[in-house]
Amino acid sequence: MSVTFKALENILEHYPPSSEHLISALQDVQAKFNYIPPEAMTAVCDYFSVPLSRGWAVATFYKSFSLEPRGMHDVRVCLGTACHLKGGGRLVEGLERELDVPREHTTKDMRVTLETVRCLGTCAMAPVVMIDEEYLGGANIRSLKKELKKL
Amino acid sequence: MERISNVTELEAWRENLRAALDPERPVVRVCLGPGCLAQGANKVSLAFQSAIKAKKVEASVQPLIKETGCHGFCSQGPLINLDPFDLFYVKVKPADVEEIVETTLAKGQTVERLLYSDNGSRYRSASEVPFYKMQQKVVLKNVGGIDPLKIEDALMAGAYRSLTKVLTSMTPEEVITTVEAAGLRGRGGAGFLTGRKWRFAVENARKNPGPVYVVGNGDEGDPGAFMDRTLMEGDPHAVLEGMAIGAYALGANQGYIYVRMEYPLAIQHLSIAIEQARALGLLGTNILDTGFNFDVQINRGAGAFVCGEETALIASLEGRVGEPIPRPPYPAEKGLRGRPTIINNVETWANVPLIIEKGADWYAGLGVPHSTGTKIFSLVGKLKNTGMIEVPMGITLGRIVEEIGGGVPGQDRFKAVQTGGPSGGCIPYELKDTPVDYDSLSKVGSIMGSGGMIVMDKRDCVVDVARYFLSFLEEESCGKCLPCRLGLKSMQEFLDKFAKGQGSPQDIDDLHSLARAIMKGSLCALGGTAPNPILTTVKYFKDEYLAHVVEHKCPSGVCRDLITYSINPELCNGCGLCVRNCPQECVSGEKKKPHTIDAGACIRCGQCMDVCPVDAVMVA
Amino acid sequence: MSAKKGKKGKKEKDQDLISFTINGQGVQARDGWTILETARQHGVQIPTLCFHPAVQPMGSCRLCVVEIQQNGRSRVAASCITPVQKDVEVLTHSEEVQNVRRWVLEMLLANCPASRQIRQLAKEHGVTSTRFKVEHPEDACARCGLCTRACDEVVGVRGISLGNRGIFKEVTAPYHQRSTVCIRCGTCLYVCPTGAMEQLFPQVSAP
Repeated sequence: MSVTFKALENILEHYPPSSEHLISALQDVQAKFNYIPPEAMTAVCDYFSVPLSRGWAVATFYKSFSLEPRGMHDVRVCLGTACHLKGGGRLVEGLERELDVPREHTTKDMRVTLETVRCLGTCAMAPVVMIDEEYLGGANIRSLKKELKKL
Repeated sequence: MERISNVTELEAWRENLRAALDPERPVVRVCLGPGCLAQGANKVSLAFQSAIKAKKVEASVQPLIKETGCHGFCSQGPLINLDPFDLFYVKVKPADVEEIVETTLAKGQTVERLLYSDNGSRYRSASEVPFYKMQQKVVLKNVGGIDPLKIEDALMAGAYRSLTKVLTSMTPEEVITTVEAAGLRGRGGAGFLTGRKWRFAVENARKNPGPVYVVGNGDEGDPGAFMDRTLMEGDPHAVLEGMAIGAYALGANQGYIYVRMEYPLAIQHLSIAIEQARALGLLGTNILDTGFNFDVQINRGAGAFVCGEETALIASLEGRVGEPIPRPPYPAEKGLRGRPTIINNVETWANVPLIIEKGADWYAGLGVPHSTGTKIFSLVGKLKNTGMIEVPMGITLGRIVEEIGGGVPGQDRFKAVQTGGPSGGCIPYELKDTPVDYDSLSKVGSIMGSGGMIVMDKRDCVVDVARYFLSFLEEESCGKCLPCRLGLKSMQEFLDKFAKGQGSPQDIDDLHSLARAIMKGSLCALGGTAPNPILTTVKYFKDEYLAHVVEHKCPSGVCRDLITYSINPELCNGCGLCVRNCPQECVSGEKKKPHTIDAGACIRCGQCMDVCPVDAVMVA
Repeated sequence: MSAKKGKKGKKEKDQDLISFTINGQGVQARDGWTILETARQHGVQIPTLCFHPAVQPMGSCRLCVVEIQQNGRSRVAASCITPVQKDVEVLTHSEEVQNVRRWVLEMLLANCPASRQIRQLAKEHGVTSTRFKVEHPEDACARCGLCTRACDEVVGVRGISLGNRGIFKEVTAPYHQRSTVCIRCGTCLYVCPTGAMEQLFPQVSAP
């Protein structure tokens, strides 16, 4: 998606130009473009009159922001305590092998971004994996491979 | 919805809503709490909706399908409760819906196979189920009963009545003394006396006149904890009302709820609740014609556990990097925009309307002295029964794990219970009679924390658990202060050695000394409490550490460098699933004959164990 | 014990002086001073790393921690950001704070192995070796943030900041490129306590 002036304007006009809203605005940018394009970062920093160095610090501090484009699909493996005890770590390793991508990265064909999260709040179903908005409770590598084929 | 202009109108509307209810009308309450949702409960709800539509019955006599928050018994989900039949069905699938509609809704008969059963007994009503019997739903009283997306449901359940009482018949001072007398302590983890914190803010505002702010902390970052999620999703008005009452007491007019972005449903439910409350005039300017102004804004977290810490949360509200600052000054003195700010966990806020409604004495009568009231816990891990529970403070750990949780399946005792998340400690079975209250948990080296309660069994290694929590904190450390940024990594180096069977008893002592330096030297509680899992596991499970270090063994069969995987030839049926799933191709065998693992090539990834249909893979 | 306990003299009242003790020695400070400033004023040595008089103190390196005792209670706090308080007993070299300092210094030796200044500081406190892994032998940066604070508060250019968090925290200009707003004033070089900015400067400064 191209970063149009209009798209950015639509986001920024919701906020008064006070730097308090920097994070909220960046969250809207992330939601719209699936990452924070450099042009958007500059526009947002200018709007709130903050130096680019602060925008950079904020975008790299908070893990929900990505400065690089993400994959078409999100695979999130929960590594909360209950999920860890029920083998969540092995699921991540299995997926890294299956998708040939290290965790917190996107496959070369930009199809899948593999991430770990802690925690999804669905502990009774541990281990849990989310594929886009779908939850897979009691996940194992076989059921995951099946789901991945569907993507 | 039209704005309600005064208290009389509110009560009249409440009465009208209640009067319009037909007590005979069947209601199916479908749990859409996190656990059930993850098990496909929304498909169950849709199945009900289409089944009923297909019946072409007139809308006003149709059974009502009510999507609610968490019913609590997550391991038995998807759950539904049917009123007025007082029936409780578990593990409901979309395929069961037709039968439920025909049998229960149409004829009032029970679908026996969907009843919860345990030890040969079947239970018709949720109130009879052992999992629920020992609980005391106070703060969660509406969760599971109301549709959180309909303010009318909340109003019928009594929402905003306490706010009305406060606005019309109590002074701000009276509200504060009531909360003080109730003995409410912060439910976010530290357990600071809520009334006392409020008083600090009021005193500071008196010295420096100006705005005061109230904040609801919904950043729930402890892995394994989902209490706040169920509360925010299941009864958002309880939180909003609590904050409004607090705002009145503190002289605040603006509130913020900080919700972690990993909880989109909580954000959505709170947003809708705020919109509906605003539309009715229960939030905003001149609430119910009392002259009181109060509104709430939702701020989303951006993926930083440390933002659950008060000063980091404030930094995030101000659009800055979430780095804590040294305290004092505390936020009650100097917080958001330099003004007195009261940050309380959303569960704490949800307690407030109840204290106002039933009085401080009633509240102080719940629980135990110095830890009054109830606490919501997410009871998870190696247990028969897992889910969301609410119990009076002071109940013992053992009763929770064994009587509510049903104990560890197939084992006669649990190994340890972890409370307080990464800031807490592991309490061993031997201390199962420890009462669950702030001070008792502190005495055994743990903390109450936000409510995550994780049960471990003999297949969980304490060294591994300590490493797990430390890795979590390493990822979440803001990195500002040296004891935390460098210290967590350094403690991990010690644990890595132990997990590999290296190190010495001297190392265990040195780790203690380092842990103390980090506890005392860290700038905030993330670093300050990080050593707790290590300190408690070393204290209570020293033998297990020594087994790693001296005997080079991992008794629980977890630490990879110290274990070997093998296949039990008596159980193996030769299906070959393990061969197909082994990334190292180190499993071999003929079809339908027992297989073997080449231990030299095995990387102990555990995939064979995970796919084996007959549990033939052994770890030693 | 403090020689100043007892009724306040007229001079004290007039000048709003605050009396307390440091290592048993009675000291006086003005309202608003920090414990560190007071200690230095009285010739008491407390080590620091992330402190510089030209910028706001952060209290992040924790080397300047002291033990503050009052009413039978004791707490550990960073002296550079802790305001003076009446009648407290401050200990700058108690067991507790020495433990914090020694471990922090040992960890610094492993994490900033290329810094001569840190080696010197550690040596002064009896720490000459480290058991921890040295993963980046060329790294000298303690991430104290003095350079970024100076660029912000003193120079106002704000060309650099601390990006990422935890062990990945780093001093950098946005996008790891050379700063487009840097004016090459060299203030960051001047305030750097570890010598790291000498290496970093060519990477972050304007070309």
